[in-house]
Amino acid sequence: MEPLVDEDSRAYWDGLRAHRVVLQRCPACGRTRFPPMPSCPSCGTPGADEVEAGGAGVVYSFVRVHRSFSADHAAEVPYTVVVVELDEGCRVLGRIEDHGRAAIDDRVTAAYVDHATWTELRFRCLR
Amino acid sequence: MNAAVVGVGYTELSRCSGRSVLDLAQQACRSAVADAGLHPSDVDGIASFMLMHDSVPCQAVASSLALPQTRFALDLQLGGQAPCYLVWLAALAVTSGQADTVVVYRALNGRSGARVGTMAFPGAGAQHRYPIGYDAYLMYCAMWGQRFLHETGQGELDLGAVAVGQRRWAERNERAYRRSPLDLGSYLAEPYVVEPFRADDCTVEVDGACAVVVTTLERARHLRHPPAVVASGAYRAGPRPGLDIGDHLLWDDYTRNYTSWLRDDLFGGAGLRPTDVEVAEIYDCFTSTVLMGLEGLGLCGRGESGAFVREARLPLNTHGGLLAEGYLHGMNTVAEAALQVQGRAGDRQVARRDVCVVTSGALMDGSALILTTDG
Repeated sequence: MEPLVDEDSRAYWDGLRAHRVVLQRCPACGRTRFPPMPSCPSCGTPGADEVEAGGAGVVYSFVRVHRSFSADHAAEVPYTVVVVELDEGCRVLGRIEDHGRAAIDDRVTAAYVDHATWTELRFRCLR
Repeated sequence: MNAAVVGVGYTELSRCSGRSVLDLAQQACRSAVADAGLHPSDVDGIASFMLMHDSVPCQAVASSLALPQTRFALDLQLGGQAPCYLVWLAALAVTSGQADTVVVYRALNGRSGARVGTMAFPGAGAQHRYPIGYDAYLMYCAMWGQRFLHETGQGELDLGAVAVGQRRWAERNERAYRRSPLDLGSYLAEPYVVEPFRADDCTVEVDGACAVVVTTLERARHLRHPPAVVASGAYRAGPRPGLDIGDHLLWDDYTRNYTSWLRDDLFGGAGLRPTDVEVAEIYDCFTSTVLMGLEGLGLCGRGESGAFVREARLPLNTHGGLLAEGYLHGMNTVAEAALQVQGRAGDRQVARRDVCVVTSGALMDGSALILTTDG
């Protein structure tokens, strides 16, 4: 299953294809946000500037998937999905590389997995 | 508020009903109306909810019950956030004279048909979840649950206390899908589905329907059963509730859900306090949702919910909850609340039943009611 890219998220997915994390930043309040959307969910200002994030952050929470819910991912269990609070201040989703584990407050950095038509953001634990 | 729940109706809960969703819906609604001592021709309002077309619209039920006319109809595109909200809106409708009697239902072939647990919800957030295998509602609740346990200093024994405690109630509920006894050792011996959840942390998807009837308090006092008075109700989404039902990335605090946000309005609206609650029916698609709801509503302190459940300080999810009775998205949770307040819960009837709090929903948004005895 590939992402259903829309007008708001195209820059994000294009960025990942180039192994860059491109986020939206509010031109008024300066907060970064994710997922991409047409206006700032904190102050309501329409529009966004694009900023490149460093890709590093801290694990806010995680789940470890032992039983798959879709045929696409059945062969990949167990895997860990993390919510990462990026250093730029917003949270993103991604899997830990391979079958790796993670814990809350772990420091992680972006890793990229190139699929045929899109690139997935994953994370590597910095221990 | 000048409204009450006066009747409840259910179909059997099963793995495979072999019946249409409309057939389930009309049976549950018909049963609820009859239970109240009313006739379908007394009904002039209908309200329901569905996710991704897994149910039938109110007009189909109006046709099936041969209603003379419908003065109030409400179809919400929501899941478990909806039941208390719809009953609250129905109460407002009858109080303001928009309708006399409203039937609120949830009907679905949730096991043999479209299964919410593995539905791909549309919306701008979906592209970031499904392609990476973050693709079930269970995972989102697990993500919150993990952080909640971490911050509140609780763990698997606290989740297990919910599963074990509710199963004891389910043993006394002939409708419950899971009725076999469960002890903590058996719970802990289960493998993880999605850590921190095991199978018994998760609701069981079923086919079935449930309905409740709401009418004015004046009318309620002349019907078959004592009224379950709708003392107050509230819906709430906190700031940045996301782009769809599964998009929680914009939400600040995974340890506090909508219950924290609506608590003051809910209790204030009824002129009551959390310490007045005598029975609680807390939405439980997953065990962690119960703990978060108890703390969010202020029924116990921060980090105390596991002990609160373990020590059985309050009758809680007396039908066994969605965990054991089955996943009718909390419509059955509202029905159980009404039965308890009406004093009709049979073997599971609690002694003190004057004030019941009931909730609907798990994450960013949801709703709640306070039902009380009359007088």
